[in-house]
Amino acid sequence: MSELTPAQRVTAARHPQRPNITDYIGTLFTDFFEQHGDRLSGEDGAVLGGIALYHGRPVTVIGTRKGRTAEENIRCNFGMPSPTGYRKALRLMRQAEKFRRPVLTFIDTSGAYPGLEAEAQGQGEAIARNLFEMSRLTVPVIAVVTGEGNSGGALALGVADRVLMLENAVYAILSPEGFASILWKDAQRHEEACGVMKLTAPDLLGLGVIDEIIPEPEGGAHLAPRAVLGEVDRCLSRHLAELLRQSGAALAEGRYQKFRRMGANIQKEDP
Amino acid sequence: MNGVFAKRRARLLAMKALRDSYAAGEKTFTCPRCGGDSDRRRVAQALYVCPRCGHHLSLGAYYRLGTILDPGSFRELNAKLSAADPLKFPGYREKLDAARRKTGLQEAVVTAAGAIDGRKCVVGVMDSRFLMGSMSAAVGEKITLAIEYAAKNRLPLILFSASGGARMQEGILSLMQMAKTSAAIARFSEKGLLFISVLTDPTTGGVTASFASLGDVILAEPGALIGFAGPRVIQQTIGETLPEGFQRAEYQDEHGFVDAVVPRSELRETLSRLLRLHERGGRQ
Repeated sequence: MSELTPAQRVTAARHPQRPNITDYIGTLFTDFFEQHGDRLSGEDGAVLGGIALYHGRPVTVIGTRKGRTAEENIRCNFGMPSPTGYRKALRLMRQAEKFRRPVLTFIDTSGAYPGLEAEAQGQGEAIARNLFEMSRLTVPVIAVVTGEGNSGGALALGVADRVLMLENAVYAILSPEGFASILWKDAQRHEEACGVMKLTAPDLLGLGVIDEIIPEPEGGAHLAPRAVLGEVDRCLSRHLAELLRQSGAALAEGRYQKFRRMGANIQKEDP
Repeated sequence: MNGVFAKRRARLLAMKALRDSYAAGEKTFTCPRCGGDSDRRRVAQALYVCPRCGHHLSLGAYYRLGTILDPGSFRELNAKLSAADPLKFPGYREKLDAARRKTGLQEAVVTAAGAIDGRKCVVGVMDSRFLMGSMSAAVGEKITLAIEYAAKNRLPLILFSASGGARMQEGILSLMQMAKTSAAIARFSEKGLLFISVLTDPTTGGVTASFASLGDVILAEPGALIGFAGPRVIQQTIGETLPEGFQRAEYQDEHGFVDAVVPRSELRETLSRLLRLHERGGRQ
């Protein structure tokens, strides 16, 4: 296993050749049927989702989409979803609930899009609604943080029974640049931010935010994508098999308790 | 006996509220928005709304509770819960200590059980003077405990938001409070209970993208900044100046994200009315 610094991991997590949602769907799933639109206002290319077979079982698969070329990136807004994208994801999750399909999400986003239109359409409400609804789904939900998982924009696909994370992926309150800009009014101090943000997979495993780290080859996933895809598949299928043994009510209860515990015991008891 | 305690509680809240108010010695008060001078007593009587331009000044949490709850009904919940330093973030403890000294608060939210016109309810009020009202694990925990207390006792819940968003120094644990509070609201909602969210200036970031946007009824104070991304970030992203009134309460009303913009002078009455409208079959 490689031992990169937090700042090097951020670079690896953003590498354009890192496996993306299209690679995961193409390799791990068969018979993918892509679904478009939130049925409210439109279609958002930054979120890719649909029905597919995973080891022969129908599942709903949803992920944020980053492109590799400028043209691709313009179509998917560099992987930054708008409310339309989150509402599409919610529509697909509700369908998964109806048809009793597990929900598998792949997270790789620098965050929800901070634009005028996105605000006018209720970016905050769209994310909040996903957190609310995901918490009570009665089908298995697994989230895999594959690259960058930044802000509420990542969490909106991340309220899962199991949260898995690639070794060099990062998951944080916002980008290190944004963090440095807000806290120190200096985006140039982003490397320093990486060091204190506790955004690496080992940090997050220690904090109980994620459940398992999926190993990457030395130097990062982009150096041996096929091996990484295989590792993700093994980890994902093992967790899914475990979750499929639980009742719907037990899944929802377990998921509630999982997030209920986050930060519950770290306050000063008696100042 | 009950009366004695109620009196004591009323006095306690009044004392804490006094510390919150803009009660500094000078006789005239200068509005930070319009720059106009007004008599300080008149501003106080108007619940800290500028008599000249209608600007709604930020209120301290205890002062706000004093304007909303029946006298003597206030009973604070989890008063001692306070932030730790889970990520051992450089300089965070000192910042917390300074915020505590400055505001007299333990955290950026105060939660309480109380009553409005005799109707029991649970009220949480965020306070933007405490590290911008940012959401720490302790803030998330206090809000979740208040939601669970309301659910257990089948009481309506009212949460006043005022927050710059995440508590940077608690990183991912701050983010997780969004999921925790939203899931708690989902459970509360499943019981058929009422949640009124009141958005005050400013409500942004992770608070907007969690419980604050999940009210059965969402009210906003006039002029309050309400949004997910802050105006500065949006301006940097799109490289244009933002339109006048963008992300203000009235804008959110026009775009369908709040039920009503309610001036502070009518807020208590509006909340009382909503509690009454949600009583079932005339039962108390």
